[in-house]
Amino acid sequence: MENNVILETKGLSKYFYDPVKFQVLKEIEMRINYGEFVSIVGKSGCGKSTLLYLLSTMDTAYDGQIYIHNQLVTGKTDRELALIRNEKIGFVFQFHYLLAEYNVLKNVMLPGMKLGKYSDQELENRAMKHLKTLDMEDQALKMPNQLSGGQKQRVAIARALINDPLIIMGDEPTGNLDKKNSDLVFDIFNRLTQEENQTLLVVTHDTDFANRTTRIITMEDGKIIS
Amino acid sequence: MNFKLILNIAFHLLQARLKQTIVAAVGVTFSIAMFIALVSFMNGLNDLLDGLMLNRTPHVLLYNEIKPSENQPIFLSKEFKNKTNFIRSIKPKDIGKSIYNSKTIIAVLKKDTRVIDVAPKVTSPVFFNSGTIEISGVINGIDVLSEEKLFKISDYIVDGNVTDLLQNNSIIIGKGLSDKMLLSKGDIIKITTSKGNLASLKIVGISEIGIAEIDNVMSYTSLATAQKIVGESTNYITDIQINLYDRTSAPAVAKEFRNTFNLDTIDYQTANSQFETGSTVRSIISYAVGVVLLIVAGFGIYNILNMMIYEKMDSIAILKATGFSGNDVQWIFISLSIIIGLAGGLFGLLFGYIFSSIIDIIPFETASLPTVKTYPINYNPLYYGIGITFALFTTTIAGLFPALKASKIDPVEIIRGK
Ligand SMILES: Nc1ncnc2c1ncn2[C@@H]1O[C@H](COP(=O)(O)OP(=O)(O)OP(=O)(O)O)[C@@H](O)[C@H]1O
Ligand SMILES: [Mg+2]
Repeated sequence: MENNVILETKGLSKYFYDPVKFQVLKEIEMRINYGEFVSIVGKSGCGKSTLLYLLSTMDTAYDGQIYIHNQLVTGKTDRELALIRNEKIGFVFQFHYLLAEYNVLKNVMLPGMKLGKYSDQELENRAMKHLKTLDMEDQALKMPNQLSGGQKQRVAIARALINDPLIIMGDEPTGNLDKKNSDLVFDIFNRLTQEENQTLLVVTHDTDFANRTTRIITMEDGKIIS
Repeated sequence: MNFKLILNIAFHLLQARLKQTIVAAVGVTFSIAMFIALVSFMNGLNDLLDGLMLNRTPHVLLYNEIKPSENQPIFLSKEFKNKTNFIRSIKPKDIGKSIYNSKTIIAVLKKDTRVIDVAPKVTSPVFFNSGTIEISGVINGIDVLSEEKLFKISDYIVDGNVTDLLQNNSIIIGKGLSDKMLLSKGDIIKITTSKGNLASLKIVGISEIGIAEIDNVMSYTSLATAQKIVGESTNYITDIQINLYDRTSAPAVAKEFRNTFNLDTIDYQTANSQFETGSTVRSIISYAVGVVLLIVAGFGIYNILNMMIYEKMDSIAILKATGFSGNDVQWIFISLSIIIGLAGGLFGLLFGYIFSSIIDIIPFETASLPTVKTYPINYNPLYYGIGITFALFTTTIAGLFPALKASKIDPVEIIRGK
């Protein structure tokens, strides 16, 4: 067992039954190693998002197995999966999904408060540190609706980082941003891999973005072709 | 599970929907307040009527009834033993109203652990004379202290003091009597018994129960004075009144005493069955109305939580994506409804108390209830306990279904939907 494998799938298949039975993912075999910055590309509708939802443990209706850190997650209970998401996976979506009821700082701290590993004071320091590296420390006390799209996305990245996850997953995290902001997000991701050895798995349509990552997985029709 | 965090999230969700939350809580407040006011009022009314009639009735009364003797001479004859005997024109035998061996019976009863106290009584029909008028009435010779302990007769003394009866040759007469005979406290009243004995007694007080038939004929004096008037010894007792710790056991106890002491007995329930029914019906009505109001409030909470869940789909999805389990989400929404129920319920108790106090000062005067000046209210803390329990129970139930729904929300569906 190689210890530097963060994420691995075995014969991963997924069907949709509505309106007709349809196989979205076909026997996906993939492996992501520690410290890699991987992008997934492919035509619209080829199943990228679907794959990511499976890998994130949020969607549990599939055939095959998923291993996170060499640990089988297939078949675990809702509660166990929630803990895995909380502890080991950070998410950045195309839409920011910040909680409108909390300010930026609290939004970043929330997954940490759930994990309960650090005291609130420590969490606040850590959150501020992440916001600072994302150049957002002066926005910490704003409410999400007072931020621009790019700023929201950076808050979402800070939130993904708060529990030192094994892997950060993103579904078109720059899809909603202009060139300048996408570059900024890319730079942040790049810096994370280079400086912190953070593992990243990002679905993108942006070929520029993909070309700058360490590995590109290309999908077509529910299969990995390269 | 981290309840502090869950409560924190619940509070933030509430703050974002403050108006609807307040509306939901006000629904609970209203129903609890109405429940409290209604139950307190209805029970106040029950207590009033109980006090009027029931509390004046002993739980068990021992007396001698005038009736034909059960063993007629013919039954003793061997010759007619196996025959059917027809006897006509039986007359009741006067064994006297006096309870035989009353002192011993009272001593035995006083030792009985089920008995609160025993109040012996002498009743006798008399004529009250004032000048030329003569009015028939009843004189009750009572043991002042135990009578007061069991029946609170001082509540009905409108003028004078019940303990003044302890003086020799004193009497308290009903308001109706005093009005008719133009007598007041301090005057002397002449009394003739059916046997022709005469006595002059000093009026030390006026009593008013509020029931004209009673106030027109009733008078109280001490046991010794009554015995003297009827010309009997200090053993002469016509009624023994008993109150029990457990009122509901009265019928059984009455039956037991009938056999033990070979006396006639009547229990509280039999003597007042129509009053008991009224009390029960009033209680049922007030609880039923309270429960209906609460169910309506429960639907309000259910609606608002459902709406909140639809509005907060995104938040629920992100909470789940970042590591909150379905169970956590469920608890967030259950706490929401408990917060609404608790806040609404506590305010309901407060307003219920205020409403009750308002009812309590509304004037309510009727000729038949001269001792009552305002509407009666019973401030039993138990009703407040029931109220808050009801509130929490219904709101938790109302929150349970939306909470289960929220816990089942599939974050993938929401995120994909964007
Ligand atoms: N809930 C669903 N029920 C049925 N079919 C679905 C459902 N969700 C997605 N699909 C189908 O599954 C296929 C893969 O969808 P998916 O969202 O994974 O594509 P994608 O590669 O992420 O595309 P895009 O690049 O446009 O985001 C599509 O053909 C889509 O129509
Ligand atoms: Mg997609």
